[in-house]
Amino acid sequence: MGIRFDSVTVAYDGNVVLDSLDLTVEPGEVMALLGPSGSGKTTALRAVAGFVRPVSGRVLLGGRDVTDLPPYQRGIGMVVQSYALFPHMRVDENVAFGLKTRRAGKTETRQRVAEALELTGMAAYARRHPRELSGGQQQRVAIARALAIRPDVLLLDEPLSALDARLRSGMLAELARLHRELPDMSMLYVTHDQVEALTLADRIAVMDAARLQQCGTPRELYRSPKNEFTASFVGGANVLPVTVGCGGVGFAGTELKVDTGNAVAGARATLCVRPHVIGLGQGPNQLTGVVREIQWRGATHRLYVEVDGHSVMADVRELKDPPALGDPVSLHFAAEDAVLLPAGAGHE
Amino acid sequence: MLVHSRGARWAVWAVFLVLFVPLFALPLLVVLGASFATHWSGVLPSGPNTANYRAATRGEALQALTTSLLTATTASLLALTVGTWAALAGAALKKRYRRLMDALFVLPVAVPSVVVGLSVLVAFSKPPMLLNGTRWIVILAHTVLVTAFAHQSVSAAITRLDPAYEQAAASLGARPARVLLRVRLPLLLPSLTAAAGLCFALSMGELSATMMLYPPDWTPLPVLIYAATDRGALFTGSAVAVVLMAATLLVLFAVSRVRTRASYR
Repeated sequence: MGIRFDSVTVAYDGNVVLDSLDLTVEPGEVMALLGPSGSGKTTALRAVAGFVRPVSGRVLLGGRDVTDLPPYQRGIGMVVQSYALFPHMRVDENVAFGLKTRRAGKTETRQRVAEALELTGMAAYARRHPRELSGGQQQRVAIARALAIRPDVLLLDEPLSALDARLRSGMLAELARLHRELPDMSMLYVTHDQVEALTLADRIAVMDAARLQQCGTPRELYRSPKNEFTASFVGGANVLPVTVGCGGVGFAGTELKVDTGNAVAGARATLCVRPHVIGLGQGPNQLTGVVREIQWRGATHRLYVEVDGHSVMADVRELKDPPALGDPVSLHFAAEDAVLLPAGAGHE
Repeated sequence: MLVHSRGARWAVWAVFLVLFVPLFALPLLVVLGASFATHWSGVLPSGPNTANYRAATRGEALQALTTSLLTATTASLLALTVGTWAALAGAALKKRYRRLMDALFVLPVAVPSVVVGLSVLVAFSKPPMLLNGTRWIVILAHTVLVTAFAHQSVSAAITRLDPAYEQAAASLGARPARVLLRVRLPLLLPSLTAAAGLCFALSMGELSATMMLYPPDWTPLPVLIYAATDRGALFTGSAVAVVLMAATLLVLFAVSRVRTRASYR
């Protein structure tokens, strides 16, 4: 079942927290809502679940307008950061909760509880209480509980944020497997972590300041961001203020040869270059500057180089002999790795 | 407070005992001592016997104990129901109205209980609401007095309750009534039992409003203790007081057992 946001606006006491969101999640698609806190992504999810009422606009599930339906009539599975497992019920009772409210028969309930626990690898813990489980196990139970009612839509609100880094990547793989096993279920996945979004989502909707900034496949967002926010939030690109010239742009007194598309010569623009496409040393599109900060990240070194008052980040293969702070260095990048945005490019 | 040195720890204990023993423990010990005595003219009570207790556990006193237990149980159950209901309803209100409701529920505590007793007496002395002269006027006054505490402790617990639980239940298809019965009330159970214990203890000891209202056939224990000491029977009064104390503590202990079983985290 698909989800459609039709100019959904949500405000609390006149304070707009979601500004006319238009977004469609196709049936069976995994859509990530990616953005910093306060970007409106959780509000969008809560509007689908029915916990906030839009002041205007409609929410459609499978073509049906559910804007005025209470949460318990929407038939949506939901998993939240705090798991919200009922502490007074055993694991199997938690998973059976949704089935009992639907008055499913005893055999059917037992069978579906077993199925959901099997799917999440928690069958051995059926008779435990939530407090006896680790965070990762509790999250699996929460997912099993949401899946037991066989929802067409699964909402996940920062489901991995409370887990440590190692568990997180494991659970990410689990979620991807779940989606392969339940290909008809649409998933709306709210996160502030771009790795989760890039790994799991078919498409990502980047949100900031209550608005949708850009929506597209991970590759699209990464390769051709439409505005500065997307460029810097997804993949942490350098955004450099430049002036468009003929067949290139001017930055810090240097002429850089990049595709200017149909930008008018003399206009101000923003050049997005990802840190990992920047190389150290002589080359085309060369910038010179002074090393201000250097971080060793195992396989790579990250350099913060000050070029004419602008900080430029570069990720280079681990250096045997890294430059010292204050050393002058040259940086270069290939023309096709840079994206030129018109200055002040807005959201979609 | 974290006290590290051994000397300082002893000092803290000493201060605690100096403050606690005379203020809290000694008066109770004196009552306990007096309850076994026939005379108390020296430093310690004399003529130890159990005659006071024989008097305190039969006839009039036994009747009063039953009366007190019934009054306290009924009043605290009523208060718990009303208070919880109001707290649940209040939680759904806007902040401004919720404050107003909180203030209204605190009134019976803010007003001296003598005044509450008097107003109940005046209000229910004429038909069609004629309760004066029946046991119900005592139970009603107790309920009014303890509802404030039930409301306060339950609404505090509701504010602390993570809304994620009820939202999870709602997303699983549970209607509000089912969410209340299966999720919210069970999660509130520890505070409900705590509130019940508090209400019970307060009602067991209530005297000032009761004095103005009790009919001859419904005399709670505190009234009996007051009457006994008033006519000079201090030692009998003490024995009845110890019985009152023991009965209250026994019930509170039972309630706290339920509480431990009901707390999950």
